[in-house]
Amino acid sequence: MPVAMAIAVAVVVGDLLILSVGQSPGTVYRLLLDGTWGNPYGVAQVVYKATTLTFTGLAVAVAMQAGMFNIGAESQLAAGGFAAGAVGMVLPASVPGVVAVVLLLGAAAVGGAVVGAIPGALVARYGANEVITTIMLNFIVLAFLNWAVAAHLHVPETLHTPGLVTGTVARFYPGAAANWTAVVALVVAAGVGWYVFGTRAGMALRAVGLAPEAAEYAGIPTGRVRLAAFALAGAIAGVGGTNFVLGNKHYYEDGFAGGAGFIGIAVALAGGGRPVGIVVAALAFATLSQGGLAIHAVVPKQMVDVMQAVVILVVVAATPEVRRMLR
Amino acid sequence: MIGSLLLQVLRIATPYLLAAAGGVVAERAGIISLSLEGYMLSGACAAAFGAYAGDNPWLGILAGALGGMTAAAIHAVATVRYRADQVITGIAVNLLAIGATRFALRVVFNSSSNSPRVAGFAFGNPLVLLGLLSIPAVAVLIDRTRFGLRLRAAGEHPAAAASVGIDVARTRVTAVLLSGILAGLAGAYLALDQHQFTDEMTAGRGFIAVAAVIFGRWEPYRVGVACLLFAAAETVQIHLQSASGIPSQFVAMIPYALTIIALAGVVGRSAPPAGLGKA
Repeated sequence: MPVAMAIAVAVVVGDLLILSVGQSPGTVYRLLLDGTWGNPYGVAQVVYKATTLTFTGLAVAVAMQAGMFNIGAESQLAAGGFAAGAVGMVLPASVPGVVAVVLLLGAAAVGGAVVGAIPGALVARYGANEVITTIMLNFIVLAFLNWAVAAHLHVPETLHTPGLVTGTVARFYPGAAANWTAVVALVVAAGVGWYVFGTRAGMALRAVGLAPEAAEYAGIPTGRVRLAAFALAGAIAGVGGTNFVLGNKHYYEDGFAGGAGFIGIAVALAGGGRPVGIVVAALAFATLSQGGLAIHAVVPKQMVDVMQAVVILVVVAATPEVRRMLR
Repeated sequence: MIGSLLLQVLRIATPYLLAAAGGVVAERAGIISLSLEGYMLSGACAAAFGAYAGDNPWLGILAGALGGMTAAAIHAVATVRYRADQVITGIAVNLLAIGATRFALRVVFNSSSNSPRVAGFAFGNPLVLLGLLSIPAVAVLIDRTRFGLRLRAAGEHPAAAASVGIDVARTRVTAVLLSGILAGLAGAYLALDQHQFTDEMTAGRGFIAVAAVIFGRWEPYRVGVACLLFAAAETVQIHLQSASGIPSQFVAMIPYALTIIALAGVVGRSAPPAGLGKA
């Protein structure tokens, strides 16, 4: 219900912006749809963007189920991509592709998990506020990665690492940005659904989110569960980095995350914190952001950034206790 | 030499001081201020547009304050009227400010990067002085006025405040709007100092202000010192960049790292107002 309301308000705001530049909303929305779902290139772009957003949305949702905000998906995503790119650039061509892909997915998961575990540990050990900690850590990690690439690992004149010679993931068709990482995203989404809602560990995680005192009293090690949830969230966001590094550009580039970690918060919220909802929400947000490029000739593409922000605002405003929605 | 260094610290600190002063006001009233960055960006954009339209920097200052206040009004309505989650609302307001200022830049100046050159101040920007004054002004407001008393009550224990007849919602909205004005002025300083608005020109300064609020434990004077400290670190880095060999990225981490350490309670615990984030 909040989502339907959010879409309605966002469309109204979009209409106003379109009218403000003297265009007709009908024409612009048709352009938006034609440029996304109306042709193979558009579809591939949407699926590609939705893949990254699915990972970051899941990363936010996992922490949310444990009662914590993960505002750090942006740097977890970047760290995962960096780990994959850094390990990938030294893998020799003699390593078989399948082995390399598994290695690099693992590297990305570890990279993201390390960044996720830091706030997790600070929350578990010192009771630090995870919101501020993850926000501050975003700046620290992104600055560190910028330094690592700019000072050490870059190809001269660029801010990206040398390309992979093995371990790349096939595109859905030649030239498409969308690649088989999209399937990895679906598998991870299913895995998260199973883990959170179908296992004892997942039950403990939700118990900590729902009623930490009761969970503690029931003998659940709440600190350890929170740390694990954050490390898992980081690992999921980290694997998201392979969509860019293994599937599309085949190198790590500074700034590739480009806000996907923050939109992931919106995806997790709009998706109700559940895997199926998250995949759908990721597709919707990806459609908007790709749609922006399609309409740019008539309306500035930033119209969709405004609409995305409006969606988040209305979803949270229409849901007094955001956490209640997740249960 | 020392004088010019101090002046440089002060110039770098000005947007931090203004925005952090605003952050203290909102957070002591119980509203989480992760949206200072968005207020500041809106303020910077509005200031450049105002100074351009009127060819007058004073109009820029006025527009900047209004721009920041407008962004803050969105945050206030969502969090106070609709009791939306303050963290997510703050992040949404930041995203909204980025999108809206880019949209405006494109529509008004047909540019994706910057506005044309706008009027500034030839001899010293008055906002530097205002930045210095904002900290004691906020200290007096919070600790010595009736409004400050209501504000602290709304921030520490909203239910108790309401039970003694304090209009918590109104107090909080006023506090958030005031924080928007102050952060908007911080943005106006940036735009007028650089004689233009550039895309995302606040570049995380709003979050440095958030860091200063937390590192300064929500006490105005401590927060002011934190702002000056962060600005001093930047100044030192600018001058020693080539000599010290310390990469600029590592100096840029200092405010954020100090804040995490403060939050973890390693050196004296940093505890927020008890009612922060609570409806």
